[in-house]
Amino acid sequence: MSIFPAKGVWWNEPVEKSEVLWVSIAFLWAMIMFFMMPYWHFAGEQNLSNEAYKISPDAFVEKTENFAAKYTVREDAATGIPVVAPPAGSDVYIFGRTFEWWPMLELEQDKSYRFHISSADYMHGFSLLPENINLQIIPDYEMVLTITPTSSGEFSIVCNEFCGIGHHNMVGKIFVK
Amino acid sequence: MANFRTCPDTGFKIDLQADKLIKWNAVTAVVFLLVGGLFGLLVALTRWPAVHLLDADLFYLALTAHGLDVLLVWIIFFEMALLYFTSAILLNSRLAMPKVGWLGYVLMLVGALITNVAVLQGNSTVMFTSYVPLQAEPHFYLGIILFAVGALLGCAVFFGTLYIAKKERTYEGSIPLVTFGAMTAAIIAVFTIATGAVILIPTMLWSMDIGLIDRVDGLVYRIVWWGMGHSSQQINVAAQIACWYAIAAILFGAKPLSEKVSRTAFLMYILFLQLASAHHLLVDPGLSSEYKIFNTSYALYLAVLGSMIHGLTVPGAIEAAQRKKGFNNGLFEWLAKAPWGNPVFSGMALSVVLFGFLGGITGVIMGTEQLNIIMHNTMYVPGHFHGTVVVGTTLAFMAISYWIVPTLWQKEMVMPGLAKWQPYLFGLGMGAAAIFMMGAGTLGVPRRHWDIAFADSAIGHVFPEAANLMMGLAGVSAVVGSLGALIFILNMVGTILWGKAKVPAPASAEPTPAETPSAATSYGGAGTMAVPGTFVLAMVFLTTFVLYYFVNWKYLAGVWGLS
Ligand code: HEM
Ligand SMILES: [Cu+2]
Ligand SMILES: [Cu+2]
Repeated sequence: MSIFPAKGVWWNEPVEKSEVLWVSIAFLWAMIMFFMMPYWHFAGEQNLSNEAYKISPDAFVEKTENFAAKYTVREDAATGIPVVAPPAGSDVYIFGRTFEWWPMLELEQDKSYRFHISSADYMHGFSLLPENINLQIIPDYEMVLTITPTSSGEFSIVCNEFCGIGHHNMVGKIFVK
Repeated sequence: MANFRTCPDTGFKIDLQADKLIKWNAVTAVVFLLVGGLFGLLVALTRWPAVHLLDADLFYLALTAHGLDVLLVWIIFFEMALLYFTSAILLNSRLAMPKVGWLGYVLMLVGALITNVAVLQGNSTVMFTSYVPLQAEPHFYLGIILFAVGALLGCAVFFGTLYIAKKERTYEGSIPLVTFGAMTAAIIAVFTIATGAVILIPTMLWSMDIGLIDRVDGLVYRIVWWGMGHSSQQINVAAQIACWYAIAAILFGAKPLSEKVSRTAFLMYILFLQLASAHHLLVDPGLSSEYKIFNTSYALYLAVLGSMIHGLTVPGAIEAAQRKKGFNNGLFEWLAKAPWGNPVFSGMALSVVLFGFLGGITGVIMGTEQLNIIMHNTMYVPGHFHGTVVVGTTLAFMAISYWIVPTLWQKEMVMPGLAKWQPYLFGLGMGAAAIFMMGAGTLGVPRRHWDIAFADSAIGHVFPEAANLMMGLAGVSAVVGSLGALIFILNMVGTILWGKAKVPAPASAEPTPAETPSAATSYGGAGTMAVPGTFVLAMVFLTTFVLYYFVNWKYLAGVWGLS
């Protein structure tokens, strides 16, 4: 019994068939699950590049402001945050800052953009809805990945990492045409 | 010299110091479950959109307190009780260094109080993960560090007792499987606490602002913090599974199908699970895919394999024992004739099933490199871990309490009628809450978020009505689950304070372990006993797992291209 000491040569006793079978099946399943991850890097369309750079928040904010200055098309009426429409295929900069995502973006469907995402202060969660794409944004790190919007409409970036008492007010926008 | 008493129910020789330490740790644990559970209820009532109880600042404060009081304080105090129980009592030994045990207890208690005060003061609302550069007051970290040092002392007492028992030959053969499981937990705990020290001490110095450390890197913090945060969950899994085996033995006289396999499965936790912290960092910048895949597969899956083995061998051991008693009809007579009205059994059975289906499957899926993209930091995450640490670990601890408390205190339970229902209320209530949280998560509802209606926000996001419905149902279920938790707490505290003294039962109907014939206690290849019912259940589990796994790949394939 499991609450009493194990006596005799328990390490040498035969193992029952169904137990052996289960261990083998479970191991096989673990191998399949392992295989799926590298497989998706070749066959799937949703992989993170894992490209990242160290950068100071100030430097990143400056890069983003230069980017916005070039391509701003209008201002959001409610917040005054610029809406930026970069050319298809170009580099796109966006950062989180308590409690906003800056700037807003206007993109074209089925075109790819090289996103650079970082934070100006605390950690934030980049949750692109309703797609449900979620990224961890860490200050001092510039995350780079290529995003291809495959649907159109208005999308929100909701912050889903706690970043302070106003955290729930932190929403950004991406418009896809 | 140590003094002993003999347990009238089990015949175990009980060191009086161990007895006292177990009682104090267990009672303290239950008190913190009450406190932490109340915070959880407040949080749940706030996230229920129609109720939206607390203000934003109080909500985040309550959430910080909830995470700390249940995940850290309740669980670890209870684990200390388990460590002393599985060493001194199960080995019929005196407890090593009882004074150190008491010092550990006091440090843990003082630490827990300090951190709670820090949180309630309002300037340490940083969640229990306390990600930098959000900053708490120095005593927030100090409390956690003291608590951890106390727990480390508890582990030292445990190892010391194992040593003494071996040296003084208080037992013959190898330590019991349950003690082996507890040892697994204690070994992982040492690693966990060391990792915690590496990250929390510098963070405390940073928050003291005395010029020693002026910056803590966010990514480094997350990597090291999860080295602790993830490993600590392995302590819980090991401890909870030790409870499963213990209950199977106590209620059914069940022997493990194979000592060898079960012990190897525990070893896999030590070898692999604690390395698997990268599944918390799958969408972080700056870590390579190779590392993420290696870490989540090699490390994680081999440990998952360990859990899948226990998932078969625990019910399998019960099936074998029941069949030996003659419940041999068909595939499931052994299960149908199990004591479903006994909370020790029903709590454990629900814990096995709910942990596997709700916590286990979803955890592995979330821990898949690419699948994490569609779940990270959504309500799916708290949904998952209420499947592991609440309806798994907490429920298992409740189940074993129904046996430990009346036995150690030698008292009758005050509310035996309610106790019958309690595991179902708590398990099914919190299980449903976990499912609805996960449902909300698949619709993108963020975790740790005060208002998904964005009423105060200049711009907002409109969630589908189904998301509000899910959050509402999660709220209702959480209320049911909280009621279950409350009944447990009242029953335990009531029994300890006002329970009638047990009259030593003349040859009770249920065989207690000491009365089990010794032939059955020494394990003798029960392995040759087939367990077809359990195997069928395991295949049902695997089928669910496989289907749900691939459903999630299909969801992923539908989202925007990322490369
Ligand atoms: C008593 C019933 C309980 C209820 C009603 C409850 C409810 C909740 C809710 C609604 C959340 C918030 C999710 C969010 O907004 O992000 C939460 C978070 C959490 N719960 Fe519970 N819970 C209960 C018990 C427990 C127990 C027993 C544990 C651990 C053993 C636990 C561990 C946690 C943790 C670690 C968090 C995350 C806190 C954070 O995000 O910082 N809960 N709980
Ligand atoms: Cu935020
Ligand atoms: Cu983990």
